[in-house]
Amino acid sequence: MLALEMYRSLPRTVAGKALGGRLPMVGAMATPLRLVTIEPPRVERPGWARLRTRLSGICGSDLGAVSGRTSLYFSAVVSFPFVPGHEVVADLMDDCEDLPKGTRVVLDPVLSCAPRGLEPCEECASGHPNRCTRITVGNLAPGLQTGFCTTTGGGWSQQLSAHRSQLHVVPDGYSDEQAVLIEPTACAVHSALRADIAPNARVLVSGAGSVGLLTTLALRELTPAGEIIVVAKHGHQRELAVKLGATEVVTPTEVLRRVRRLSGAFQLEPDYSRGYLLGGVDVAFDAVGNRASLETALHATRAGGRVVLSGMPASADLSAAWFRELEIVGTYASSPTEPGGRGAFGLATELVAHDAVAQLAKSVAPYPLHRWREAVDHAQSAGRLGTVKVAFDPRKRG
Amino acid sequence: MSRPGFVLEVDDRTPPLLVHEGLGFRMEDFLLGTRVVYPPEPIGGVPDVEGAIREALLHPVECEPLPELLKAGMRLTIAFDDVSLTLPTMRAPDIRQRIIEQVLTMAADAGVDDVALISANAFHRRLTPKELEHIVGERVFRSFYGQGLLTNHDAEDHDNLTFLGKTEKDEHVVTNKRAAESDLLVYVNVTLVSMEGGHKSVGVGLSSYRSLRHHHNNETMVNSRSFMDHKNSELHASAWRMGRLIGEHVKVFQIETSVDNNVFPKPYNFLMKREWEWSIRDQASMLGVRRGLAVAPQRMRHKIFHDLRAPYGMTGINAGAVEPVHELTIAKVHEQQLVEVQGQTDVLVLGVPYLGPYNVNSSMNPVLATCMGLGYYFNSYRGQPVVRRGGAVILYHPLDEGFNQLHHPSYVDFYEEVLAESTDPAVVGQKYEAQFAEDPWYIHLYRTSHAYHGVHPFYMWYWAAHAMDHVDDVIWVGGNRRAAARMGFRSASTLLDALEMASDTVGPSPSITYLHNPPHLIADVR
Repeated sequence: MLALEMYRSLPRTVAGKALGGRLPMVGAMATPLRLVTIEPPRVERPGWARLRTRLSGICGSDLGAVSGRTSLYFSAVVSFPFVPGHEVVADLMDDCEDLPKGTRVVLDPVLSCAPRGLEPCEECASGHPNRCTRITVGNLAPGLQTGFCTTTGGGWSQQLSAHRSQLHVVPDGYSDEQAVLIEPTACAVHSALRADIAPNARVLVSGAGSVGLLTTLALRELTPAGEIIVVAKHGHQRELAVKLGATEVVTPTEVLRRVRRLSGAFQLEPDYSRGYLLGGVDVAFDAVGNRASLETALHATRAGGRVVLSGMPASADLSAAWFRELEIVGTYASSPTEPGGRGAFGLATELVAHDAVAQLAKSVAPYPLHRWREAVDHAQSAGRLGTVKVAFDPRKRG
Repeated sequence: MSRPGFVLEVDDRTPPLLVHEGLGFRMEDFLLGTRVVYPPEPIGGVPDVEGAIREALLHPVECEPLPELLKAGMRLTIAFDDVSLTLPTMRAPDIRQRIIEQVLTMAADAGVDDVALISANAFHRRLTPKELEHIVGERVFRSFYGQGLLTNHDAEDHDNLTFLGKTEKDEHVVTNKRAAESDLLVYVNVTLVSMEGGHKSVGVGLSSYRSLRHHHNNETMVNSRSFMDHKNSELHASAWRMGRLIGEHVKVFQIETSVDNNVFPKPYNFLMKREWEWSIRDQASMLGVRRGLAVAPQRMRHKIFHDLRAPYGMTGINAGAVEPVHELTIAKVHEQQLVEVQGQTDVLVLGVPYLGPYNVNSSMNPVLATCMGLGYYFNSYRGQPVVRRGGAVILYHPLDEGFNQLHHPSYVDFYEEVLAESTDPAVVGQKYEAQFAEDPWYIHLYRTSHAYHGVHPFYMWYWAAHAMDHVDDVIWVGGNRRAAARMGFRSASTLLDALEMASDTVGPSPSITYLHNPPHLIADVR
């Protein structure tokens, strides 16, 4: 089968890191990613089935891996070579317990104790498999998720394997493009609920890519947040943010000023450094995962407030966290037992029926696997190019 | 002998005419038939300024001579107009310095020890020590500033404000506590345009938001026809009610001055001459300045213009009771600035210069440019507006100076946030004014830095409310398109383009009137 494969290559990783997404096509060429023909992955254990990929999204964490920006912290929880792609909508190729062959499913990519054939660890037993402590052992190669594990394969291929515990049926009437947004929406649901938003809390979402926009939706629909201020760079992001529930949309250059005014905070300008507020929002989400965005979240949050890391974080000046006694809340993937008792995927599946998400889904840009360089380039510049989600459609030929 | 203002009708012999546009000017070819309203030439100042001041203080109007009001042991406060006057800044010595020195001399002769000086800046920015020194002079500055007796009025220092009561229209009257508790309050005014002076001096200059909100609002400004004509201005009617109430609590000795039209020093004096009368030297100056400005970076152009000091002549000084003094002052201002204009026009053309009351030593941001054009210049009429209702205003300004973060921090938010939502003065006032007025950060900057009060941009927008209500089209020639659009206006590259754009509103052959200012003029529209 055709698949895109990440492999170990120090020169390409370094080159990718150096170029980032700055040079169209060249950047994509300098990555440890290749189009290969390989044997389909198969896990011959109870509860596993083969899936034929319909669509698989390109996520910020995928781009981080492709461009070498991901922290080496994660190198211990992946197994090379692996096929990326953890935002997957696929058809079951085999019967899988209660699900018949041909069922259209989306994937909760976390490879916790159940897929690994292990007795539940303490975290899995308590309903938080996203915090599983056994993600490097068991019947599978190390890998925090499908799409980072050599045994299971990933969505950037024609076929992969998944465990029944990972599968969620896509309701009839949902397009594949809507369905491919269920996994990122589940992550957004998890972020929003992890933030423990108080009634009428003032919230900042720094970033209006798919993570930021879907977090905005989850905040509006599932929490009692009051004002939701979204930082958006591009016109289409601004428009979508409002439709998804933002009360204010600001540009990165005006965010501190606007939050200052809305919250009655004081603004300080330290020497040779970013300005910050004394006062600010109650909760801020970093939905980008770069230094500027994280520092924006830190600097715009009131003392004693909460900063939620929705994007895979970058290094940043944490002075504000110390000085302002901020709570830093990490949010990774999603949980089947979110606050309130429901699973994130169930909530997400309902949320993607929202009109604005349906509109967002129409803008999903699908690429065949062999045009992976263009796809990666497109995803690197998605905001600028008016796209929220780029995906691979391995069924496509041209 | 100065010549009065007049109205020129452009014909085929008319040369290109000078139009101010921010930190520069252009020579514009106006269409045949365009009316050009020129201000009167400078009427000249009184020859003996010191003598005129002494005469006014010793023989005031409907009031005892100043020396009789000064008693040993009394508490005397001298308030004076701030840096927003004059425009451009007056060449030293400032008239206010000369007056204050004489008042202090008389006070000293009477044995008055308890004297304080206050800049009546209301919600304007605090003056810097240098600016204060320019107004009061080095000797007064040296004697009072270091002791904390020469200060800026702080409209947010609630411990030093006094509530005096309510007017018959239920308007709250708050004023500076030191002034209110003085035995005598001497106010030293410069009336550059007819909006200033009278009860507005103390009633506005030493007040707080609690008072200002009654007349600095959209409704009042729309109903002021115009705010340059105090007898037909709702703004002034309110200020007059407040001033009379203040007068019941503290004796006010009002000293008002007026100045001539001598605003530009050599070699820039060609800017206030009639173009067809330019001498060879004037033409050479114009060409030199124009070429120089064309190649100079913005910062240098800013410095060139803002370093200008006007050689004003003091045309009159009157002291005594507020209202009769002000009538005499206004008569003098009218003598200098009034020009008779027959009938209204379809299109009013205005050049917005580099300077207005709120960007002295600062930048003319788009909101201030609007205030200057649609506020001050549009309202410079008596009788009826120069442009007909439903007409168009064409303004010249590049709208590209940006915002001074030190002086105008709330303007940035007003421009980026408030105007992005609505440009309707009534709407933005209702939704946002209180937020900006009570914002603790703006209040902090106003009190401790040199920032205009948070609510000040709203006042600038209200200043333009009458014009926005009256005309159907506002077009900026040479204006930054984004800035113009943000404010709900349009921009054009040339006058002809602007007229083409305005043709939807005023037709293809509109009557056009160009107010050739500065120097300032008041169109007496018949």
